[in-house]
Amino acid sequence: MKITVADVEHVARLARLELTAAEKELFAGQMGSILGYVDTLKSVDTDGVVPTSHAVPMENAFREDVVRPSIGVEKALANAPNRSGSFYAVPKVIE
Amino acid sequence: MKYQPVIGLEVHVQLLTDTKIFCGCSTTFGAEPNSQTCPVCLGLPGALPVLNKKVVEFAIKAGLATNCSITPRSIFARKNYFYPDLPKGYQISQFEEPICQHGWLDIQLEGEALKRIGITRIHMEEDAGKLVHGELSGGNDGSGVDLNRACTPLLEVVSEPDLRSSDEAVTYLKQLHQIVTWLGICDGNMEEGSFRCDANVSVMPVGAEKYGTRAEIKNVNSFKFVKQAIEYEIQRQIDLIEDGGTVVQETRLYDPNSGKTRSMRSKEEAHDYRYFPDPDLVPLVIGPEWVERSRRELPELPEQRQQRFIVELGLPPYDAEVLTASRGLADYFEAGVAAHGNAKAVGNWIMGEITRGLNDNGLVIEACPVTPVQLAELLKLIDLGTISGKIAKTVFDEMWRSGKSPELIVAEQGLVQVSDTGAIEAIIDEIMAANAGQVAEYRGGKEKVFGFFVGQVMKASKGKANPAVVNDLLLSKLRG
Repeated sequence: MKITVADVEHVARLARLELTAAEKELFAGQMGSILGYVDTLKSVDTDGVVPTSHAVPMENAFREDVVRPSIGVEKALANAPNRSGSFYAVPKVIE
Repeated sequence: MKYQPVIGLEVHVQLLTDTKIFCGCSTTFGAEPNSQTCPVCLGLPGALPVLNKKVVEFAIKAGLATNCSITPRSIFARKNYFYPDLPKGYQISQFEEPICQHGWLDIQLEGEALKRIGITRIHMEEDAGKLVHGELSGGNDGSGVDLNRACTPLLEVVSEPDLRSSDEAVTYLKQLHQIVTWLGICDGNMEEGSFRCDANVSVMPVGAEKYGTRAEIKNVNSFKFVKQAIEYEIQRQIDLIEDGGTVVQETRLYDPNSGKTRSMRSKEEAHDYRYFPDPDLVPLVIGPEWVERSRRELPELPEQRQQRFIVELGLPPYDAEVLTASRGLADYFEAGVAAHGNAKAVGNWIMGEITRGLNDNGLVIEACPVTPVQLAELLKLIDLGTISGKIAKTVFDEMWRSGKSPELIVAEQGLVQVSDTGAIEAIIDEIMAANAGQVAEYRGGKEKVFGFFVGQVMKASKGKANPAVVNDLLLSKLRG
């Protein structure tokens, strides 16, 4: 499958990555070859096979609706680059 | 050209659990910012989400109450996007296998036939945090992030684009609101955001088959605003097309102050969410026995209860509809009927005095100071002729104020109705003597004067005379 530089730019923007022109070329080639391999896999007959969503053969892991202590404001904000009172402070978000 | 609006609604229902969907942090509203957080809802590396079983129970109930089928094996997915209120960089939601699918609600607009509105799906997901600005965030120049709400359980209920007017949309929305509050899975508070609606709106020429391009309107937090926002958006799109423009697919924000919608450019590219199954959460398998158990546990729903009130209790359809507006009201009514027996009389008092009292004081039925049993006692006093219907209203007001029983109030204030014919006759004689002119008028054929005499007698007895006795005695005396 052919991956264009535009495809790489789109995915990079969604992932908030800034790439150089050389990187875009490099990744376009690498991603193309990965998807090319997927095309090879696609040639296997999978009729009647349920798509795998999880690698672990397990289901229904629950917890009861019982409150457990939270970690507290100070711990929650301990790694925040910036805080304002009990809030995480971030650049102004306008809608 | 005439245009046909096409509307679909996406409703977010915040669930009434004690804890979040994937961790044990409390969901209590109004706590200090970021005080109800832990590594899971903060999205710290290595933290593992575990599903709250109650969320699943609630989702199944919502699905059954809206005629959905319950998906035997459903999975969670990551919806990837960046926003400051989303700590993980993805929201855990459901995409390919939502828990409920293919449901419907029947709506009925006044004077129109029943109309079936399809429900495409109901899925479980986590809410994002909250952003605050200006003073609220401590007065800094930027914005503040509070992650207490992050990871709060939501159901998203997605309708088919089956709605054709703002009135249909609001009717559907109100019905859904009634169901989730009735089930006790959501408090329904739209102002606090417990029940939020996004509307997908498009228009097409009347008779066309292909839908027009739709705009998604966000942030509509009251029934009134939903109607306004949809109507504004329909007209905006029609004007745009008439002027030779084209509608673009976009997210628009409703501004309740101006009544308008405006484009949210920031969301434009975000629509590529790259969903994939969340490897941290194992599949959810719901067998038929679980579904059946939930079905048995469902309360009688508003529509069924309405029908029973009509068929079994003989209520007029209008009364039955009003009295099933909420589960609390219907419970109150039934407790009153159990204690008194006359459904119509109990219903009338609830729709009259009780509703007025609740509205005047901004109370919900659960907080009504007069209990259903007390109401029944009051009605019994009317039945027995101890007090008149008019005096009953005075007694009711005092019950509301003091919480005393009606018997006690009647005794304390000497409100017992006078049915003693001798005492009433004496009053009538006095009044006839003092109003000889009116007596002559009546006897001359002017029967309307009768009402005057009734009024005078009631006044003289301070409202305590039994009106039926007064009527009988007056008639015989006036006819002479």
